[in-house]
Amino acid sequence: MQTPISPPDATLSVRLVLNGEPLTLDVAPQAILLDVLREQLQLGGTKKGCDHGQCGACTVHLDGRAVNACLRLAAMCEGQTITTIEGLGEKGQLHPVQEAFLVHDAYQCGYCSPGQIMSAVALLEEAEGASDAGAIREAMSGNLCRCGAYRNIQAAIAAARRHLERQTAAEDGRS
Amino acid sequence: MRPFAFSRADSLESAVAQRQGEPRSAFVAGGTTLLDLAKLDVMRPAQVIDINALPLKAVERLDGGRLRIGALVTNSDLARHPAVATDYPLLAQALLAGASTQVRNVATTAGNLMQRTRCPYFRDVAAACNKREPGSGCDAIDGLNRMHAVLGGSTACVAVHPSDMCVALAAIGATLTLHGPDGERDVDFADFHRLPGTTPHREHALGDGELIVAVTLDPPLRPLGAAYIKLRDRASYEFALASAGAMLSLDDGMIGEARLALGGVATRPWRCHEAEALLVGRRADEAAFTQAADIALAPAQPLAHNAFKVVLARQAIVRALRDAREEQA
Repeated sequence: MQTPISPPDATLSVRLVLNGEPLTLDVAPQAILLDVLREQLQLGGTKKGCDHGQCGACTVHLDGRAVNACLRLAAMCEGQTITTIEGLGEKGQLHPVQEAFLVHDAYQCGYCSPGQIMSAVALLEEAEGASDAGAIREAMSGNLCRCGAYRNIQAAIAAARRHLERQTAAEDGRS
Repeated sequence: MRPFAFSRADSLESAVAQRQGEPRSAFVAGGTTLLDLAKLDVMRPAQVIDINALPLKAVERLDGGRLRIGALVTNSDLARHPAVATDYPLLAQALLAGASTQVRNVATTAGNLMQRTRCPYFRDVAAACNKREPGSGCDAIDGLNRMHAVLGGSTACVAVHPSDMCVALAAIGATLTLHGPDGERDVDFADFHRLPGTTPHREHALGDGELIVAVTLDPPLRPLGAAYIKLRDRASYEFALASAGAMLSLDDGMIGEARLALGGVATRPWRCHEAEALLVGRRADEAAFTQAADIALAPAQPLAHNAFKVVLARQAIVRALRDAREEQA
């Protein structure tokens, strides 16, 4: 990861784990997590849409849960673990949800896709998540797609769920 | 966003102490209201105190069947808590009807109580708004007031209280525990949110430097049927045009206890005491439910663009009561 760029008015030091790596950040008190990710850490995968928690383009994982990075101060993240779209999958190997989005053509312009994928990954990691199509729609309602690719997004999430279930069953079979 | 100072509180005492001497301080928990409104320049804190490290994240059963919810329990965690799912299904339903997954994951119990109205004139610093700028007037009363209140409004303000959770709390009954410079005190939930009257900028009973530390629910009704019906412009992630929370305790088809509260139509979480009184002792049928809805909406004063809310609210009440009856059957 690149060395963070400290803004001139930084006054606070924040320690966190970002995409698996411990990190100490100098931030201004009013710095928003989304802006710090994009501008200071040069992680442009997390997108700025409405900047008011209404569209979900900025969705990241905070201690494993989907949150809007636009409605969080970086200073509030002391000691927390943050995962962005850049932290999914391995080099040369997509996360199963990313793969499913490709297979099902679950995007058009692609601007909302990182947020959609982060919400979907968090949803599939929850015990009660994504039990049926209605539950997927409800759980994903914080992510807007202005192109209207919703049907394919839902199909991708349902397919990823089946893939993960098969994977879990196979692992259980081996153990 | 205007610059502000930031500090973290590691104890209630330190949270209260850090606030002393700076009246423009704001406590931050989830931050989903504060940061949204700070970006719009509607809230202008000089100092933000992060209270997320305070030990206020427990949900505990108390004597007498009551449930004490820490101020920092998130809306997601509360909705899924086994005690809430079992004893307070209305609260679980209302929480899950509110906001989005992302917002519920950080929004807290106390923050939900403190959320501000979605009135577009309140959120627009170029508009006149007595709530945001006392004495400046109200652009909603003669403006585009489709989303505004038909109950509890005044000539100064008709802004709707936006919470779903608070509709459930109004029906269930709860006590808030507050902590401030003079120690702890309890306030009845029913006395916490104020009617706008001539001072719509005064929204709640918190004193200077006080914060909410817990919400204690009244004992659950038994046997219980409960339902939350929320009517809105889109099916999810939208504020209510009208919502109704109903709880019924039935004995052989007769109503023993009834609770009814409304959201989306009133300036504060709205309990319908007269409608409840009408229901008690009646057979749980459509005639009783319709009469209860009529009584609940009798004081409604629609504005130019929101008379439809009276019809929606009436339907929400009848459906919530019907579903509450079926839940128990």
